[in-house]
Amino acid sequence: MERYDSLSISDPDDLVFGRCCRPVRVDGLTIGGGTVYPELNFTLPPMAIGESTMPEVREQYRQMADEACARAAALQVPGLVLELELLPELTREAQWGAELTASLRERLDFYRSSHGLAGALRVTPNDMRDFVRPPLMRTGAQWEHMVRSFDLCAEAGADMLSIESTGGKEIHDEALLNGDLPGALFALGVLACRDMAFVWDMVVEVAGRHRVIAAGDSACGFANTAMILAESGYIPRVWAAVVRVMTVARSLVAYERGAIGPSKDCAYEGPFLKAITGYPISMEGAEAACAHLSPVGNIARAAADLWSNESVQNVKLLGAMAPTVSMEQLAYATRLMNVASARGKAVELRDWFVESDAGLDPQAYVLRPDVVISLAAQIVAEPTPYLRTRRAALAALKALRDAFGEGAFNLSRAEQRWLTRLSAQAEELPTTEDSFTGEMLARIDTKKVRLDQYGL
Amino acid sequence: MTVIEELRQAVIDGQAKVAVAKVTQGLEEGHSAETLLQDGLIEAMKEVGRLFEEGEIFVPEMLVAARAMNASITVLKPHLIADEVRSSGTVAIGTVQGDLHDIGKNLVAMMLEGSGFEVNDLGTDVPPESFIDAVRSGADVLAMSALLTTTMTSMKEVVEAISRAGLRDRVRIIVGGAPLTSAYASEIGADAYAPDASKAVRKVHELLAGALPGALPGEGRADGAL
Repeated sequence: MERYDSLSISDPDDLVFGRCCRPVRVDGLTIGGGTVYPELNFTLPPMAIGESTMPEVREQYRQMADEACARAAALQVPGLVLELELLPELTREAQWGAELTASLRERLDFYRSSHGLAGALRVTPNDMRDFVRPPLMRTGAQWEHMVRSFDLCAEAGADMLSIESTGGKEIHDEALLNGDLPGALFALGVLACRDMAFVWDMVVEVAGRHRVIAAGDSACGFANTAMILAESGYIPRVWAAVVRVMTVARSLVAYERGAIGPSKDCAYEGPFLKAITGYPISMEGAEAACAHLSPVGNIARAAADLWSNESVQNVKLLGAMAPTVSMEQLAYATRLMNVASARGKAVELRDWFVESDAGLDPQAYVLRPDVVISLAAQIVAEPTPYLRTRRAALAALKALRDAFGEGAFNLSRAEQRWLTRLSAQAEELPTTEDSFTGEMLARIDTKKVRLDQYGL
Repeated sequence: MTVIEELRQAVIDGQAKVAVAKVTQGLEEGHSAETLLQDGLIEAMKEVGRLFEEGEIFVPEMLVAARAMNASITVLKPHLIADEVRSSGTVAIGTVQGDLHDIGKNLVAMMLEGSGFEVNDLGTDVPPESFIDAVRSGADVLAMSALLTTTMTSMKEVVEAISRAGLRDRVRIIVGGAPLTSAYASEIGADAYAPDASKAVRKVHELLAGALPGALPGEGRADGAL
């Protein structure tokens, strides 16, 4: 197990798009080796998935990959990554997911041989464990489906394996809606970190057996849920910003168990992971508006090694089918970043990306490279996942209070009230995990969670 | 301040114990259960809704207020039953089969409860039969949620199953979720579509008040029922 107790990147000027300390080489791409590549993700239009519709499903995926690769070749991208994010049915019926993996692999191989297009394939099986409520995290049919899906997809041609794991979400959702900082800490710093270790031991084992890459996880179900709720005005933006930073220790566990990146595109905690581990990251922003809105469309580019669209439905737009449109948008976005790098202006362009967002939303502010470095250093200085997540909350809140005090961004009266309220909650957090867990076990709804599945 | 005003303020502030005490005091002073419900609790939650829509508060504050209201209703309920006061209506709500996303659904359920509706939360991954059972059990409105393009198609199956069961004229159907549109809702024969939780509550009020007779604007439902 690799232990991360210091930063791999400690100078903010080294936390920049396209390059990292430990590039990942795959299928002719050197991710983090100086070039930013597009990572394209796509999904089905409204349709059911079943035995009778699988011929259409196969054709949809083949067509999406084929047309996107053709456009990528026409635009002379230096390389690309396709991501196949499996829907629940395609994970449960693992053979179906594997068939689609093989189909996309075949298209990538075809464009490599016919057009010289370097391309790699990331496959992300669905975390299906909460189809049973409360979720069975380590046993049962859903877990077996997931393991089999990883195995068959790795065998069928995936280069990289990822997952958006959901351990702890059964407690986190309610904590999020209640503005309950200790609840979120218990979900992320205790439950999720334990689950990540269990899940990633499996993913790393499968990847090792098939000689493919154990890439990385995403706290999508936690921090992106918070971001979307904040964007709708349901929860405070300062709360969403704090939750984002609190996911870092959880997502870092994947690397401690053997993941090597690139992290998942929707893991906006990626810059922290890159600063800590030195491995490359995938990010998404403005070009992911096809999937969801966000306040971090430009600043998310600052440290990206892959630049993604998150996901887009296969529907017809005026220009082309939507995945092909996304491919073109990503190609141009990455082309500009790569030209800046070639001219030695990467940091200058990065700073424009940063400046354009950081003063408008606290969620953007915590992604500022200097803030990332400062917070990441404080997080890894702590010895355990619980203490790291606790420190993340305390440090993020202090950074936000200081920055607001200095006029770095504006906050409404309601947001200011929550910054004070969350700070008060954070100051009460115990310094030992045992006493904290004891307090939480007395107040959480134990009907929602199987504690034994987390080793508690 | 009158006891009704104090009750309203306690709910707005999320002070459950104070709200319960004010309900008890109001009953002792001779206020009817319906007055305490309508002028105290429902009016308080309307104010909470207004503060939320204007960005003055967030969902966590609404939840605290809703808990204060629910604690008060527990005290008030025997009196409401004795006085034969009816609720605003019953809404059965669930995320469709194959889909586990429930934050949006939970928000709608919470806001409906805060508006005085009785809510039957069917949970996630709900098969059509469970929706049908809920209608048979007396739901006035069926609310369905889906977040995936591959599960939203289940909504059509539910609407059709309800029609086949001969229950379509007994329930109004509202749908929501990221991949949905008003046009899709109309296409599958739903009565309303809501893009977010606040609008969902408003639409349910309109549906039960008959303000959306028959179908979504622009397209009628095939069976014309309502």
